[in-house]
Amino acid sequence: MNRRDALSRVALLLGGTIIGGEVFLSGCTSADKKLGQSLDFTPDDVAFLDEVAETIIPRTDTPGAKDAKVGEFMTVMVKDCYDEKNQKIFLEGMTKLNEASRKKFNGNGFMKITPEQRKELLTELDKEQKDYAKNKKKEDEPHYFTQMKQLTLLGFFTSEPGATKALRYVAVPGRFDACVPYKKGDKAWAV
Amino acid sequence: MPGDSLNVHVNNKATVQNTYDAIVVGSGISGGWAAKEFCEKGLKTLVLERGRNVEHIKDYSGTEKNMWELAHHNRLTEEDKKNSPIQSKCYAFNEVSKKFFVNDVDNPYNQVKRFDWIRGYHVGGRSLMWGRQSYRWSDLDFEANAKDGYGVDWPIRYKDLAPWYSYVEKFAGINGSKDGLPHLPDGEFLPAMEMNCLEKHVAARIKESYNDRVMIIGRSANHTRQVGDRGPCQYRNRCHEGCPFGGYFSSNSATLPAAKKTGNLTLRPYSIVLDVIYDKDKKRATGVRILDSETMKTEEYYAKVVFLNASTLGTAQILLQSVSDAFPNGLGNTSGQVGHNLMDHHYGVGAHGEFDGFADQYFYGRRPNGIYIPRFRNINEKTKRTDYVRGFGYQGGANRGRPNSGDGIGVELKEQLTEPGPWSMGIAAWGEHLPDFRNKATLNKDKKDKWGLPTLDIDCEYRENEKAMRKDMMASAAEMLEKAGMKNINTFDSDPAPGFCIHEMGTARMGRDPKTSVLNGFNQMHDVKNVFITDGACMGSSACQNPSLTYMALTARAVDHAVTELKKGNI
Repeated sequence: MNRRDALSRVALLLGGTIIGGEVFLSGCTSADKKLGQSLDFTPDDVAFLDEVAETIIPRTDTPGAKDAKVGEFMTVMVKDCYDEKNQKIFLEGMTKLNEASRKKFNGNGFMKITPEQRKELLTELDKEQKDYAKNKKKEDEPHYFTQMKQLTLLGFFTSEPGATKALRYVAVPGRFDACVPYKKGDKAWAV
Repeated sequence: MPGDSLNVHVNNKATVQNTYDAIVVGSGISGGWAAKEFCEKGLKTLVLERGRNVEHIKDYSGTEKNMWELAHHNRLTEEDKKNSPIQSKCYAFNEVSKKFFVNDVDNPYNQVKRFDWIRGYHVGGRSLMWGRQSYRWSDLDFEANAKDGYGVDWPIRYKDLAPWYSYVEKFAGINGSKDGLPHLPDGEFLPAMEMNCLEKHVAARIKESYNDRVMIIGRSANHTRQVGDRGPCQYRNRCHEGCPFGGYFSSNSATLPAAKKTGNLTLRPYSIVLDVIYDKDKKRATGVRILDSETMKTEEYYAKVVFLNASTLGTAQILLQSVSDAFPNGLGNTSGQVGHNLMDHHYGVGAHGEFDGFADQYFYGRRPNGIYIPRFRNINEKTKRTDYVRGFGYQGGANRGRPNSGDGIGVELKEQLTEPGPWSMGIAAWGEHLPDFRNKATLNKDKKDKWGLPTLDIDCEYRENEKAMRKDMMASAAEMLEKAGMKNINTFDSDPAPGFCIHEMGTARMGRDPKTSVLNGFNQMHDVKNVFITDGACMGSSACQNPSLTYMALTARAVDHAVTELKKGNI
């Protein structure tokens, strides 16, 4: 029984696949794996997107993007809610982001760099997308990092941990109070 | 093939079992009222609905879910946009409510000029997803055609409808404040909803700055108190998904259950009405022919009186399809007005601004209602405009939202986005659309739908008067927000196509003269005395108020008249 088989059996015992199992398995070969090859996102893709999202919205005293499974959410949205043009930009963007990491950090892809390095890289990309958006014409293609940031914010703040822990959420308010006191630091309503 | 469905022969076997006292075509906001009124007056009533059944609460699945329990967190998919390119643009169309909107591919029509036709083909129709704003008309509206000469004079005045407004409001459950405005009469209101702190501030500043206008809280069909077994409103603001608490008025929650309770109601879904059957000797309609969309069979149903409540364009289509020797151009269409004078409200133009202040104020709950600034143009000599006739009202509201994006990434960004931002307020105008014979819907017999029925060619536009009014709609919005002390004011005009306000009206108008109108003052066809039309088709002008409450009042009044006439043997 090789490692892959062993993991599959564990997955069977648990009644499903192990999310992230592929990442664990492929640890030694990740440098060769290509990201975002198709809309059938791999566990590697999801793990990668989770880390991108977590860098944008990290766990603090409240949950972060990974807790909210934002990586998985992004794949669903890109698959179902993006048009072909935007899908292509997003998929290629995953590779571009990883290449930018390699270039900046001695050939290390995004999954291999430290959280501090990730923040440094994505801060640069955020500036890049902001400048790009400022100059782009309406019909121009969006920047891939604009897509990733938007999907992260949407996915996180509409997730259960995001809406109920990072923000405030009441499913059935039951009444409307038109004016209630607010003090700095109180969380915003999720909706 | 259904291609010949307009030419099938009469099925006599079923005559007796297919005979009712009254037939109501359509189960939306006006059809539901017709059903309730007929049933409560003891008439055996058949309601024909072209779509599937939707039972109150039971069929609102999805609305109990939190956004994270929906696959796309309530966002639209590419498939939604492909199946319903028109419907999916509607503000009320989301991951849960989309089942209440038609598939545009399956339900084609032809846009001679751009026209966004928003539809719900199911029991309850658009009363399930409607905006719920409910305002009375006044004589400013009923006298408008007579005074400025556009359209034909309404055969009724406010006094004719006032008691019926009261009657329907008491049952429907409309919240609002008594504001004492002659041109926006007060009604039988449930307790009003409350303005938030910025709205109160803006209302006060408008009152100080102007002597011709006020800002009031919106009047809506949400139940601020329990109404029968409905409600009260739980302030989720997810009304258009169907309310599991029965927190607002719909056919499904209110009129159809009331009709059912009498034992006189027969509701027949999957029944596409092909035409009204006319007996030229009796000069009466004898019933309607339907296509059962499940079995693809046609059937006939008979009744002493027929109410058409298939929506403005649906009703026009049925009339135009109902051709006979007596009415070669469509039932009751000797005036040639059927399908013409199509109106909507022109809207989507206004202003938005931010406010410095009330940083220590917030709110609890999601109010499914906004503010209203009733019409203030052309209401008297002092407010008369030289650049356009009629007027508009504003709807809107203030909110303390959360920024949905920010600079940077990481902890700082997260913190920025978890606290509420500044207060802001937006107002947008709903304007009157003049009746114009050139705005019309006609049958296109070359392009058939999947049932083999002709499709509609819709040819409607906003013209000079509306365009002139829009300039004022935008400028006055910005001016009011400025006077209220708002900052960073932006004006906007989304330039929606006709249809998109979902207030279609006018294709079988009421009037005094059978030569120029289709219906009399009781919504009764001039030409066919036992056919009544009380949906938006009957409207002789559009005013600028949301029209559903007026349809309700007209319907209850018309049923009362029809039953009186039946008893007298006049129809």
